[in-house]
Amino acid sequence: MNSSQQIELVCPAGSLPALKTAIDHGANCVYLGFKDATNARNFTGLNFDPKQMRDGIAYAHQRGGKVLLALNTYPQAGNWSSWTTAVDRAAEMGIDAVILADPGLMAYAAKTHPQLRLHLSVQGSATSYEAINFYHERFGIQRAVLPRVLSMPQVEQVIANTTVEIEVFGFGGLCVMVEGRCALSAYATGESPNCNGACSPGKHVRWEQTPKGMETRLNGILIDRFADGERAGYPTLCKGRFEVNDETYYAIEEPTSLNTLELLPELARIGVRAIKIEGRQRSPAYVAQVTKVWRAALDQVMRAPQDFKALPAWMAELNKVSEGQSHTLGAYYRPWK
Amino acid sequence: MNPMKLSLGPLLYYWPRQSVLDFYADIADSTIDIVHLGETVCSRRHELRLDDWLEVAAMLADAGKEAVLSTQSLIESESDLKTLRRLCTQARFRVEANDMGAVRLLAEAGRHDWIAGPTLNIFNPHTLDLMVQSGATRWVVPPEMSGAQLDELRCGLPSTLEAEVFAYGRLPLAHSARCFTARHYNLQKDACEFRCLGISDGLSLSTREGEPFLTLNGVQTQSARVHNLLADLPALANSAEVLRISPQGNHTREIVELFRATLDGRQTPKAAFAASLPLMPDAPCNGFWHGKPGVDQLVSA
Repeated sequence: MNSSQQIELVCPAGSLPALKTAIDHGANCVYLGFKDATNARNFTGLNFDPKQMRDGIAYAHQRGGKVLLALNTYPQAGNWSSWTTAVDRAAEMGIDAVILADPGLMAYAAKTHPQLRLHLSVQGSATSYEAINFYHERFGIQRAVLPRVLSMPQVEQVIANTTVEIEVFGFGGLCVMVEGRCALSAYATGESPNCNGACSPGKHVRWEQTPKGMETRLNGILIDRFADGERAGYPTLCKGRFEVNDETYYAIEEPTSLNTLELLPELARIGVRAIKIEGRQRSPAYVAQVTKVWRAALDQVMRAPQDFKALPAWMAELNKVSEGQSHTLGAYYRPWK
Repeated sequence: MNPMKLSLGPLLYYWPRQSVLDFYADIADSTIDIVHLGETVCSRRHELRLDDWLEVAAMLADAGKEAVLSTQSLIESESDLKTLRRLCTQARFRVEANDMGAVRLLAEAGRHDWIAGPTLNIFNPHTLDLMVQSGATRWVVPPEMSGAQLDELRCGLPSTLEAEVFAYGRLPLAHSARCFTARHYNLQKDACEFRCLGISDGLSLSTREGEPFLTLNGVQTQSARVHNLLADLPALANSAEVLRISPQGNHTREIVELFRATLDGRQTPKAAFAASLPLMPDAPCNGFWHGKPGVDQLVSA
């Protein structure tokens, strides 16, 4: 029973206003990235330059918050120094932790900046304590973010067999595939989360009104087609409608968000140390709304876990900002699999 | 061309037991050098258990093949770990590690002959060097890496390390906790009725324009197109020591022999590529090797 331990609320910041909003609404930590391919949300108009990052760190630290830097893509031989420079810069700025996926980069960070706290990114695809303990023994990682694939007993099993703090996703866009192990976007567009920090990138997207309806394409590949009155979603390629054996349906996943709010007492009981909110690509308004609800819920679960109830008002607030205005428990709910 | 080796990747589909045994009996007679064995996709698949795989490995070793045991790509449960530990502690066969948990267990077992699998996400020389220091002597390049990136990465690394390139087969692109085959049949994974059994090339997924796009293989998603580097063989010889052929439902042995004939200089890469086309379950692609979207098919220079 670890419920006396605090659970940190880790919120996304795609910009300085989003960072301030997250801290103002009760985030314990914000996570962010530089304006380049060193992080898995490498989108136009998003992320921080060094000046903004300094300002963001100062703002958070003055208010007792922490700032975590995502450097969670995989550097290659030709661009290695961009990643090491980012680690150096983060350490020099006084970042509270870097979130890494690449073992080579972890070795660099551990050797060059022994005081720098390392988190294992979800992009590291570590789903077992054997894998997590590998990163701990070799590089001294202090926290691991779990891919969205394990059931509650499996998460509990991981926590029981490692000293590494465990962070799980609580809310937001849902990767159906094991993070760090998905090359679908690379197959369709040549750009992947692993190497380019982007899935289904905007520059490959085309929206086209046709006699058959609104068509969304990714590098020319038809991802979905929407009838009049249907809300046309962004063509993330695993969330389109496809044909299998003459049946047309969401063959991989519906446009939906993960929401584990109702599982909070259980997550607290098994000893989860941090809850991550997805959505660095979303607006400050999203960050405000989601942070507010999760702060209130976490406070309640810390105070009296046995009395916790996911209030309908909270769920309604969260559904408003969910993809497809719907939510799922994902892998925590066995039938989802 | 240098004496490249041919390897057979692990069987990614779920075939009836007798089909699997017949397939490997045939492979024992082929000119393949290395054969990867074991269930890497889904722990629910049980037509062959670990002991059965060990028997197949022994049979292939007796036939002069290098038998390698491949570990499961996505580890979820304690029982997955139990199987993984057995694989990593048996001493007879080499092991392909497809997860960092396997790397830890192999290092712990003192193995210095293991293979760093394609899902370890090794994209730079620093990470590769860490694996070499931990005992890896061969490395399966992530399929999404281009030939140019591979060449750049290998500069300055020990020449004793072998690189293996995915040269034929539908590309394994993603793994999930969800089973997309069970989903297609409106079944839950826990009660999947093993509906993937006997779908020998996976379930084909097309766009709403009828264009084949992906292949559903249980919890794994593959490309619809078949990655085929036969026509790229001349350039490949300078970049890799081993070529991987991933088993498809039909004609795998013939594909192996086409690669062999090309490596031996008995057939031109161009002619071998043309001869392979009618043997494939779908159209060819080679974009990844050329640094393009994987789905692309580029004519080799």
